[in-house]
Amino acid sequence: MTDSRQVTARPYPFAAPDRLNLDPHYARLRRDEPLIRVRLPFGEEAWLATRYADVRVVLGDARFSRAAGVGRDQPRTMPRQPDLGMLAMDPPDHTRLRRLVAKAFTARRVEQLRSRAQEIADGLVDEMIEAGPPADLVERFATPLPIQVICELLGVPFADRDNFHTWSEAIVSTTSLSPEQIQEYMQSLWGYIGELVAIRRVEPIDDLLGAMVRARDENEDRLTEQELVQLAAGLLAAGHETTVTQIPNFVYVLLDNPAELARLRADPALVPSAVEELLRFVPLGAASAFPRYATEDIELGGVLVRAGEPVLPAVGSANRDGTVFADPDRLDLGREANPHVGFGHGVHHCLGAQLARMELQVAIGTLVNRLPGLRLAVPEPEVPWKSGLLVRGPLALPVAW
Amino acid sequence: MSAAWRVSVDPHRCIGSGICAGTAPEHFRLVDGLSIPLADTVAPADPVVDAAESCPVEAILVRDASDERVIAPES
Repeated sequence: MTDSRQVTARPYPFAAPDRLNLDPHYARLRRDEPLIRVRLPFGEEAWLATRYADVRVVLGDARFSRAAGVGRDQPRTMPRQPDLGMLAMDPPDHTRLRRLVAKAFTARRVEQLRSRAQEIADGLVDEMIEAGPPADLVERFATPLPIQVICELLGVPFADRDNFHTWSEAIVSTTSLSPEQIQEYMQSLWGYIGELVAIRRVEPIDDLLGAMVRARDENEDRLTEQELVQLAAGLLAAGHETTVTQIPNFVYVLLDNPAELARLRADPALVPSAVEELLRFVPLGAASAFPRYATEDIELGGVLVRAGEPVLPAVGSANRDGTVFADPDRLDLGREANPHVGFGHGVHHCLGAQLARMELQVAIGTLVNRLPGLRLAVPEPEVPWKSGLLVRGPLALPVAW
Repeated sequence: MSAAWRVSVDPHRCIGSGICAGTAPEHFRLVDGLSIPLADTVAPADPVVDAAESCPVEAILVRDASDERVIAPES
């Protein structure tokens, strides 16, 4: 069986991201070479897994570890080694922290926030209609909606959004910010959360941040002060950065697939399956990230991954695997079986997945329902795209209706 | 602490996140994308409660085998 000593590493990412198109290399790799050696701009060589089944093993099998990567020169697209809190841990450490906040993000709890999210979305669309077209959907709708929802859930003042939204870029930046700026923004975010924590020690407040402070103060073995602050900062930053990006991504893809958009307009009951399909179809990650380290020799995709070697899971590629998804490159908003890995898989399955689902359903449902003539206000080539981030999406999405 | 717990996964709620199988691989595995307990009755063990408390759709139910009292998830 092939192992790492017998193959030459190829440069990865294969090319700079092109809008929301998945690099065509992946289709060929899934067919011919499901595990290849790659060399990223920074860090040690790695395996890249591109098939759905292999990606699920890398993400879900306890023999693949994130904690084992701590202290290693991890393969990555950014100069710094990110400090990722829970995402750098394995069970049971990871479980100890995740359990503290998991309850606030269950489907049941998130459902209680839906009517409020709808109210916020309707208010934002009212303002857009009032001001008249054109409008930048990123600024006017996609950014404030998830920020207001996570602010109310955590207990962070919405009025401070310009500051913490700026700082939050540090958690998704690869090269958009310098390592010094990233450090500075993280410190600012932690300092800000530290102040909100201090307020709750003076006067208990019934919000998620208040509950986290109580959990620490009742039993200091459960989490350290630093873990408390970093966990809350992670929830605030991750709690909106990705959804802020996915709303315009989803709208862009819908506008690019007018027949599917017309189908959704004709049948709003398709919104939940449309959101799942868009989660599958949109390769949010600019490149594969967060390698898992094998803790023992494991056969995967026809090669021998040796203990201690890192494997990168290509989530966007897994979501286009034709052995799982019929006609995988077609957007089908009514797709029935859709076990995509857009939120990852295994212990690190996105903590905010149910919240993101709900927000995306509300966002897409509201835009389709209230702005039936929604269209780009500029020619498509003029849509500006973000770069230097872990995620991809439009910097601005000028729309008319 | 009771002598045995009964573990079940509601297949209609399960979304196959894989969190339970990663948290408690001795107790849960995914079959055709959905979680099932490896044994219906188990000796009390923290990872079983961890898995039930970490499930994003609260599909895992852990009860005391003797009196049906719910061990996890907390409501």
